[in-house]
Amino acid sequence: MDAIQTDGLTRLYGSLTAVDGVTLAVQHGEVFGVLGPNGAGKTTMVRLLNGVLAPSMGACRVLGLDPKTQGGEVRRRTGVLTESPALYERMSARENLRFFGTMYGVPVEKLSSRADAMLDDFGLAERADDKVGGFSKGMKQRLALARALLHEPEVLFLDEPTAALDPEAARRVTELIMEFTRQAGRTVFLCTHYLPEAQRLCDRVAVLNRGRLIATGTLNELARTLWHGTWVDIECLAVLTPSLSDALRGMPGVTDARLDGMRLAVQVEGEEVIPAVVRAVVERGGQVLRVDPREHTLEDVYFELQGEPASQPAMVGGRP
Amino acid sequence: MNWRAVGALARKDLREVRMNKVAWIPAAIVPMVIVVLLPLAFILAPNLFAPATGTTNSAANVQTLISLVPPSMVNELHGLNDAQRWVVFSTGFVSAPMLLLLPLMFSSIAGADSFVGERERKTLEALLYTPASDGELFLGKVIGSVVPALLLTWLSFAVYAAVVNIAGWYIMHRVWFPTAAWWPLMLWVAPAIATLGMAAAVLISSRVSTFMEAYQLTGTLVIVVLALVVGQATGVLSLSVPVTFLVGAGLWAVDAVLVWLSVRLFSRGAAKALA
Repeated sequence: MDAIQTDGLTRLYGSLTAVDGVTLAVQHGEVFGVLGPNGAGKTTMVRLLNGVLAPSMGACRVLGLDPKTQGGEVRRRTGVLTESPALYERMSARENLRFFGTMYGVPVEKLSSRADAMLDDFGLAERADDKVGGFSKGMKQRLALARALLHEPEVLFLDEPTAALDPEAARRVTELIMEFTRQAGRTVFLCTHYLPEAQRLCDRVAVLNRGRLIATGTLNELARTLWHGTWVDIECLAVLTPSLSDALRGMPGVTDARLDGMRLAVQVEGEEVIPAVVRAVVERGGQVLRVDPREHTLEDVYFELQGEPASQPAMVGGRP
Repeated sequence: MNWRAVGALARKDLREVRMNKVAWIPAAIVPMVIVVLLPLAFILAPNLFAPATGTTNSAANVQTLISLVPPSMVNELHGLNDAQRWVVFSTGFVSAPMLLLLPLMFSSIAGADSFVGERERKTLEALLYTPASDGELFLGKVIGSVVPALLLTWLSFAVYAAVVNIAGWYIMHRVWFPTAAWWPLMLWVAPAIATLGMAAAVLISSRVSTFMEAYQLTGTLVIVVLALVVGQATGVLSLSVPVTFLVGAGLWAVDAVLVWLSVRLFSRGAAKALA
């Protein structure tokens, strides 16, 4: 059984469709990214999956439960980190954790020790009794992450967890997310528009646009559907003869080849063709210095899917 | 019902509102006036100034005022001299509705901080992601608003009783307060008024976005209490024991409707809760 399933999930706010017929499945232990610009419907998805909002149409299940009718049980087994830390600023870090631990049903006898352990793990032990209002944004977000994990949820929802943080604080939060999700084998549903973060953390991603799901898969799967073949950059020690590119174009599995002095850019149908291409270059006198198959980034995939012109992989030094 | 969560939420709300000085500084002044200064003025002023003016405490004026007293209270004034009648009339009869301002004020402040303040501080969403049901969240917030309001009201009432009896001792020569009508007023009407203030705060919270807006709007409820004050002072309405029970019943009926509406507004399904 999947950890999260949605089937035609739809949520309307008056005439606005925030989530539009989304169907997806998230496996247990998977870090699943939901990408999209502001207003794409990511936060509404989190609310729907936690039973905080009811779907207008369609259905969803989390850990086999229906959030609409079993919201309490769903929320007992999930943790949510929102973009804004949503902490009680007049209370101390320890008081915040104890309060939310009580709300999440952490047993009384475990509450103090677990709160203290989380404060320690998240580097907040020294400020445990200080009012949260005096914390930096990064500290607040770390505390909010500790709160989301305090009751040891099976599924963790992260809604733009680093959007409001400076790069250093964002990196620290991302490291903590990796540490506390990977080692525990938790299922993670990460909503973000910070693409390097998603690429670093996610096993698979879904791309939303105006509430609609436009693609789902691993980075490689998505790249394969978007671009036919892989570009390989080959750099040699001396200037290559122009006939080389014509020869390469005639090889099986090669779809394009472009020459620029000592550099070649060859488009192949699959990575298995690369050794034959290298061999052909060497046989024609090329002294190969470096072979670099280009990897598509999540950013390339994302902008291609969103229909924006950042997708075509640019070659260094004026290459295609 | 998860009473542990309900209790934790109520305690958290109480702690939060206690730290909201903007709310409590004005709220501390009004009880001081109503509970201490007002009875002292009623008891002491006529006797201090009567010799100079010769009118305030005159038998004629006292008789005019006492003509407003309901028949049920006439017995309480029987056998008293004019000064004693004035003390009983002013502090035991006219002031009664004034004390109802306190549960209204306390609960509407606490309610506004609990419901609107939580949203204003962007902490409500974290609460909605907990396993607590809508009913448990609502009940926790109601307890966090109404119970402290009532406890403060009853504490103020105790202080008022002490001030009235001590300051009036040289006139009354006995502990005479509270009179019978005050018990249903404090135990039946005050809880209804406190609930009214809380429910009004919840309803108003769906229309405003800041604590101060809600605080100011709930202030309009003072009209309800002022109506009782004016009614009592002019003799149109006399808060005798049966009338007090009736007024309380009417307020509880209004409360039932407002609380029903409040519960609907506070549910997770209400988009405003997340706005």
